[in-house]
Amino acid sequence: MLSMGGLRLSLVRFSFLLLRGAFLSFLAVTMTKLAQWLWGLAILGSTWAALTTGALGLELPLSCQEVLWPLPAYLLVSAGCYALGTVGYRVATFHDCEDAARELQSQIQEARADLARRGLRF
Amino acid sequence: MASLEVSRSPRRSRRELEVRSPRQNKYSVLLPTYNERENLPLIVWLLVKSFSESGINYEIIIIDDGSPDGTRDVAEQLEKIYGSDRILLRPREKLGLGTAYIHGMKHATGNYIIIMDADLSHHPKFIPEFIRKQKEGNFDIVSGTRYKGNGGVYGWDLKRKIISDGVLPCCPGWSLLGSSDPPILASWDYSRGANFLTQILLRPGASDLTGSFRLYRKEVLEKLIEKCVSKGYVFQMEMIVRARQLNYTIGEVPISFVDRVYGESKLGGNEIVSFLKGLLTLFATT
Repeated sequence: MLSMGGLRLSLVRFSFLLLRGAFLSFLAVTMTKLAQWLWGLAILGSTWAALTTGALGLELPLSCQEVLWPLPAYLLVSAGCYALGTVGYRVATFHDCEDAARELQSQIQEARADLARRGLRF
Repeated sequence: MASLEVSRSPRRSRRELEVRSPRQNKYSVLLPTYNERENLPLIVWLLVKSFSESGINYEIIIIDDGSPDGTRDVAEQLEKIYGSDRILLRPREKLGLGTAYIHGMKHATGNYIIIMDADLSHHPKFIPEFIRKQKEGNFDIVSGTRYKGNGGVYGWDLKRKIISDGVLPCCPGWSLLGSSDPPILASWDYSRGANFLTQILLRPGASDLTGSFRLYRKEVLEKLIEKCVSKGYVFQMEMIVRARQLNYTIGEVPISFVDRVYGESKLGGNEIVSFLKGLLTLFATT
C-alpha cells in the first residue's frame, strides 16, 4: 500500500514535469516538434496515470485494470514492431534501378565521343 | 546538339525575345564541384542535352572550390564549347555547401534554381519532369525522391538500404575513407538517406529529406538559405523542414539515384553522432 502511494506520487510528479516541459516549449513562438511530442505524451501519460491509480475516483472493473496497467508496455512493443515492419517492407520494396545505371553508362560513352569530337581534352 | 540550338537562336534574337516576354522562365543549375574533373564534362553534356531537347531556357553555374585535380581547366574548356552565356564559371577559394549556393545565386539570372550533385548520381533527364511538376501545382519547391513511385537507387547493398531507410543516412564520404578532405564536402556528395526516424520525429511532408536534387523558386531558396543554420548532413534536411515551417509548397518527382561509389559503405561513429545531433536540434527547434 505504501509503495503504491509512493508510485502514485512519483507518477503525478512525472506528469507534472512533462506538462511543465511541454508548456515551456509551447511558450516559444510556435510549438516545436519536441513540444508536440511532450504534449501528446503528457496527455496520454496523465490519462493513463489517473486511470490506473484511481485518482479520479473511478472504480474500473478488474479486467479493465488488468489491461490498463501494462498498456504502455504493449504500446511500446507494438510501436517497435511497426518500426521494424515499416523499415523491413521499405527495404524489401526499394527499387533497384538497373536500367538507369545501364542507360547512364551508354550515355557516358556517347558524351565522351561527342565531347572529344568538339575538342575537349579530358 | 547545343551548337545547333545556339545557332538557331543567336544572342540578339534571344534578347529581343526576353524583352518581349519578360515572364519567360529561366532555369539556373548550380553545380558545386570539388575534384569532379572526370564527371563534370559528362554532367554538363547531359544537362545541355536534356535542356535543349525540351527547349528550356537555362544556364549552368559551376562553382568550383579550388579543386586540385584540374576541374577548373575542364570547366573552362566546356565554357568555350557551349558558350559563356550557357556555362558560367564562378570559382572561389572558400569551402562549404551553403556558401556555395549563396555564391552561385548571386550570379544566377534565372528565376528558378536547380540544385544537384555533379557526380552523375542525379540524372538531368529528370529536370523537365521537375519543371512540369512545378507548373502543375505552382509549387515553391520540387524535390526528387528515391522513396516513391518509380524512384529508387542503384548500387546500394542491403546494409545501406536498411540504414538509409531506417535510422541513419548512408555516407561513405571522404572523411570515412580516411581522406583529409574537408568533411563538409561530404555533405553534398555522399550524405544519403531519407529515414524512418526523421519522418516520425519531424513529419516534414516530403519523403526524401537528404536528397539534394531539387528545384526552387529563386526567392524561396534565398530565404531558406538565410534561415538554415546546419552544416553537413543536416543541411538538406533543414531546408525541407524550414520550407514546411514557412508554408512553402513542395512537389515530389520520383528519381533514380545511381550511386557511383558502390561497395564503399562504411559508417563512421562521427557521422552518426553528427547526424543525430542535427536531427535532435531540428526536433527541438522547429
